[in-house]
Amino acid sequence: MTPRTLYRKLVDAHTVAQLDEHNVLLFCDLHLMNEYTSPQAFAGLYEQGRTVAMPGQNVAVVSHIIPTHPTAIRVIADGPSALQATNLKKNCEHFGIPLFDTNHPLQGIEHVVAPELGMIRPGMVVICGDSHTTTYGALGALGFGIGTTEVEHVLATQTLAYRPARDMHIRVDGLLPTGVTAKDLVLAIIGRIGAQGARGFVVEFSGTAISALSIEARFTLCNMTVEAGSRGALIAPDQTAIDYVLAHAPDIGAEHLSAALAEWQTLRTDDGAAFDVTHVFDAASIAPHVTWGTSPDQVLPIDGRVPRLADLPEGPVRSSAQRAMHYTGLPEDAAIEGTPVQHVFIGSCTNGRMEDLRAAAVVVRGRQVAPGVRAMVVPGSGAVKAAAEAEGLDRVFINAGFEWRKPGCSMCLAMNDDVLADGVRCASTTNRNFEGRQGRGAITHLMSPAMAAAAAVTGRITDARQLETLA
Amino acid sequence: MSAANTAPTSARIEGRAAALRIENLDTDQIMPKQFLRGIDKAGLKDGLLHDLRFDAQGQPQPECVLNQAAYAGTNILIGGSNFGCGSSREHAVWGLQQFGIHAVVASSYGEIFYSNAMNNRLLLVTLTPEEVARLMDDADDPQGAPVSIDVSAQTLRSRQVNAHFELMPRHRRMFLEGLDSIGLSLTYQARIESFAQAHWARQPWLKDVAATAHARVG
Repeated sequence: MTPRTLYRKLVDAHTVAQLDEHNVLLFCDLHLMNEYTSPQAFAGLYEQGRTVAMPGQNVAVVSHIIPTHPTAIRVIADGPSALQATNLKKNCEHFGIPLFDTNHPLQGIEHVVAPELGMIRPGMVVICGDSHTTTYGALGALGFGIGTTEVEHVLATQTLAYRPARDMHIRVDGLLPTGVTAKDLVLAIIGRIGAQGARGFVVEFSGTAISALSIEARFTLCNMTVEAGSRGALIAPDQTAIDYVLAHAPDIGAEHLSAALAEWQTLRTDDGAAFDVTHVFDAASIAPHVTWGTSPDQVLPIDGRVPRLADLPEGPVRSSAQRAMHYTGLPEDAAIEGTPVQHVFIGSCTNGRMEDLRAAAVVVRGRQVAPGVRAMVVPGSGAVKAAAEAEGLDRVFINAGFEWRKPGCSMCLAMNDDVLADGVRCASTTNRNFEGRQGRGAITHLMSPAMAAAAAVTGRITDARQLETLA
Repeated sequence: MSAANTAPTSARIEGRAAALRIENLDTDQIMPKQFLRGIDKAGLKDGLLHDLRFDAQGQPQPECVLNQAAYAGTNILIGGSNFGCGSSREHAVWGLQQFGIHAVVASSYGEIFYSNAMNNRLLLVTLTPEEVARLMDDADDPQGAPVSIDVSAQTLRSRQVNAHFELMPRHRRMFLEGLDSIGLSLTYQARIESFAQAHWARQPWLKDVAATAHARVG
């Protein structure tokens, strides 16, 4: 048999039928939904008199519009947003789809909730009307984002018409230095290959640096691989992944354990399987990274400087850089370190998990948020929030002057009321520094949780490793 | 596909083209967050490229090509590479259509945006960066000849450009015939069902994976 990549194996294992030369009908094991990319899909089902094919393979959360203020009972004040939430509840009840509603204690961001509740298992295909669905590659599951028409398609058929991607391999040798995280690694990768460097590809990560990453770090890496344009990210499930899955999915139990382990053993790229493109990175040479521009590939190591226009190729690359400099107010050749910030946001499906909060707390403990800075922590889910409070992390943040919020997507895309004002500069652990993403005219610098924490306590973009050493 | 999101189309798209010289024009910019709060597709025309078209007070920005009288009635947009990258929000496609855009031309597109556009019969034409640059030059002359796209022949013409473009046969059919993708997949219903039974016989821990987890935690 021809050697196959892990990606091809997952596609083959989910192919119901070959539709034509380019497309297969792909079976989807799990479909996650949120309140804002699903309403029109449900409306389409009603309109056509169709039903949900397999409700038990679908789940919904309220995550994007939800306010995160620390009130006991959450009430969505914005009328249209409240309607999105009640509409989702109505649709889920009508079709028998499980829902984590606004005030459910385990509610949170879809990509944080699904794995921590054991819904993600190696070898699955997972889709969601949200681009960051690539997260699940961390557990050897093929995840990718879809639009609302496709949400309707999955609801009606539990399948998608799917055009397989090309195979990219990114090998990361060595080990990340102390104080350098998966966020820094993925920003460095995007910086090198570009915002469309993986467009058309599913990326498989391997190498010693990847094997050494925790599952939560792998979530961060695979989550943000979409910012290089990829259609998926995968890491072959190893013992670390299996331990995580079994710890979170008690229903697999002794009855199925040996069959599951045998199945997961096959989830790796065969020797001799060909990738269309391979990139190799040296983990040891990677420093903490911070974006300077308005695309995730406009990124620098902490000791770096904004590029000089003359050094960039004439044409679109240079004109984009010029536009980004104008928007972010950082001139060419400016050092990124020392740039003052007025806001700090720690959270999101990229960096809103326990290890992220712990890493930020290490920097924050015993320090104060700098004068003139507003800093907030928004845990990724109710479970993350409860676990952090059990460890006392909430007190560390609150004592330092942070706002300790309820879970949700919040200021990652600013669809709720957590919106930045024009000209405010934010150190953010999120995934997109697009123009206007966190608020019209607001400037986003993407970085790791420790780096965002360091920016909070110093009031400027700072190498967190200095503070970690001093602590 | 619901009937509401099928745009009236023909095999030929002809008209005024406007150039947006922005690389990586993401869907957050095409349709900002404040326009995503609906449960239907209404009102997205106003949101299209909002912060490029309007200033913070809501006044039209005169430098935006879409606000210039000579470009009134623009139905073809020419964009930078990686057009529509980022968020999966299909609202970006609906907004383009509600604004009157029938085709976008660029050298590459965000992957999810591409699928979304095809599912709504918003034509995306992929040309080489050089062809796109020449087409943008042509578009800069509002008195110039219109751009003409023949979907059946897969060709695009402007003053300086006479190009053939690729379209996957499935997408071509979706565009020209308004293929009901869901209806077509439903003809495989029996095969999907038997596939699922075999899949779950082999991996029983995947059956009802969402319902089981939800029931466990309440």
